[in-house]
Amino acid sequence: MSVSEPPGLRGRATLADREGFLAPIFLLPAVVYIIALVAIPLLLAIAFAFSDVTVGDPSFEWVGLRNFDAIFDDPVFWRSLRNTLVFTVISMALTIVLAKALAMILIANFRFKWLIRFLVLLPWTTPIALAAVAWLWMLDSVYSPIDWVLRSLGFIESNVYWLGKDELAMASVIAVHTWRIVPLAAVIILAGLISIPDDIKDAAEIDGAGFWRKLFEVTVPLTLPVIAVATLFGAVLTFTDMSVVYILTRGGPENATQVLPSYAYLKGIGSGDLAQGAAIALFLFPLLLAAAIAILRSVKKMETF
Amino acid sequence: MAVSARAPIAVADSGHVERARRRTTVRRRAGRAGLYLIAVCAALVAALPFIWGTITAFKRDADLYNSENNPFMFNLDPTGEHVSFLFDGTSFLTFAANTLWVGLLVVAITLAVGLPAAYSLARLNMRWSGALGISIFFVYLVPPTLLFISLTRVVAITGLQDSTWSLVLIYPTITIPVSMWLLMGFLKAVPRDLEEQAMVDGYSRLGAFTRIVVPLALPGIVAVVVFAFTLTAHEFIYALAFISPSDAKTISIGVPTELIRGDVFFWQSLQAAAILVAVPIAFAFNLLLERFITGFTMGAVKG
Repeated sequence: MSVSEPPGLRGRATLADREGFLAPIFLLPAVVYIIALVAIPLLLAIAFAFSDVTVGDPSFEWVGLRNFDAIFDDPVFWRSLRNTLVFTVISMALTIVLAKALAMILIANFRFKWLIRFLVLLPWTTPIALAAVAWLWMLDSVYSPIDWVLRSLGFIESNVYWLGKDELAMASVIAVHTWRIVPLAAVIILAGLISIPDDIKDAAEIDGAGFWRKLFEVTVPLTLPVIAVATLFGAVLTFTDMSVVYILTRGGPENATQVLPSYAYLKGIGSGDLAQGAAIALFLFPLLLAAAIAILRSVKKMETF
Repeated sequence: MAVSARAPIAVADSGHVERARRRTTVRRRAGRAGLYLIAVCAALVAALPFIWGTITAFKRDADLYNSENNPFMFNLDPTGEHVSFLFDGTSFLTFAANTLWVGLLVVAITLAVGLPAAYSLARLNMRWSGALGISIFFVYLVPPTLLFISLTRVVAITGLQDSTWSLVLIYPTITIPVSMWLLMGFLKAVPRDLEEQAMVDGYSRLGAFTRIVVPLALPGIVAVVVFAFTLTAHEFIYALAFISPSDAKTISIGVPTELIRGDVFFWQSLQAAAILVAVPIAFAFNLLLERFITGFTMGAVKG
């Protein structure tokens, strides 16, 4: 296989030339990997939900809907399901607004732009577990600097206990997730903003459109599908994640911040009941499917431009 | 364009044009000031935990654990002892070595499997290649939280439990789909003509791919290497579910589980660890951000 390879090596050359042969061969390893370690485990997870598999006794026996009966009777499961939904909807709503604003900062030109961009992207580029550790310290019950500032300004008498009260703990978890997802969503929207043809922007400029008119009559309608994709992507990363909850609250106080993934972990790995853990995690599936369909639709809309 | 548009105005320099222009200038300046203000606020909100973490890392215990002290200032002289404790007194270096080792192997597997597959979808004629491309992308949406329970069994059956090899085996399921999407974008950006010219010159299709397309797509491949590596460094759930001995842990699970022992938090060392990992990754990302954007957008373009 060198530059001087004579075209005489027909036997090898034809095989290495035939697209009908190369295309599937090139694709095969990736497809095998995905089928073996994503598709089959996914089916296995569904099968586990109808079985009695535990860490201690991994033999597979069909038990029908017993796991589902058990989790439907479990108030913590319902709490986790509700929390997951609340959590996703609120952080999505916040992400749309904040990410759009952040994207407009990222696209503008100004001095020290690289520094601003570096700092703004930190929440997303930092491994989530370490970012959560940083927030655990920000929200510490005694030494939280937020509390210190509020105390110094005279807004509060004693500490807030961010992670110790139901609503506040939930709000904290949502805030940390939003903080982490907004930069990613902003970068996706940025990609959409860059792709707006310059002549449309110029035309709006020449027509004398002001900032808000340009925003609502040009950029928002043109980037709506990409904003949708960014938000849905963020939503999927948010409601399937358990690391923020695991590190900040472990689902507490008293399951106030328990979400489906963290509860599945608690049951499946923590107490070793793989079957019940799988049954809980399975409830992520309809949410995922809805998100996937919505993303596909937005992408289709984008292609019509 | 800009020059030709401005020239006629300069000629017709009457009073009201001048006033209109001044009004726009004022509005522009106000806009700029607003932009700077929002940009600085956004940067502060984004970076606050890290800024405070950096200060914390160098604080003495007596300074840190006094809730009356200003948390943003050094009320006592700063000290480096907690940063050195991170290296001498904890397994941080082992975690870092494990993260690097797993990351590099996973990146190698990802490229070996993903690069030919991406080329196949981007360039070779095949039925279903469009649909396959989209479905590969959706594999990325199947979350670890849905798979970790059954994969725990898979890992136990293969006997890789508590070993970093379990992560080497499983992480490519996360990195291959994203990397394929990015690589498809970068491969499509290589002009078809060059490839066809190479084949006219006597290369086989395979030869054209390895000798012409891959070198030309190298900047994109570098971006994919960085992206895939950071994905492995970010991963938390699989590592938490598969690995319990501390000498096999990665940074992502080692730092939060080993530096927090029951009620004892090594706060300064924890923050030092977070900053030491966050800053280099953020630098790499910022350097390659434009390339990531190009790759993701191009991946959607029909080849």
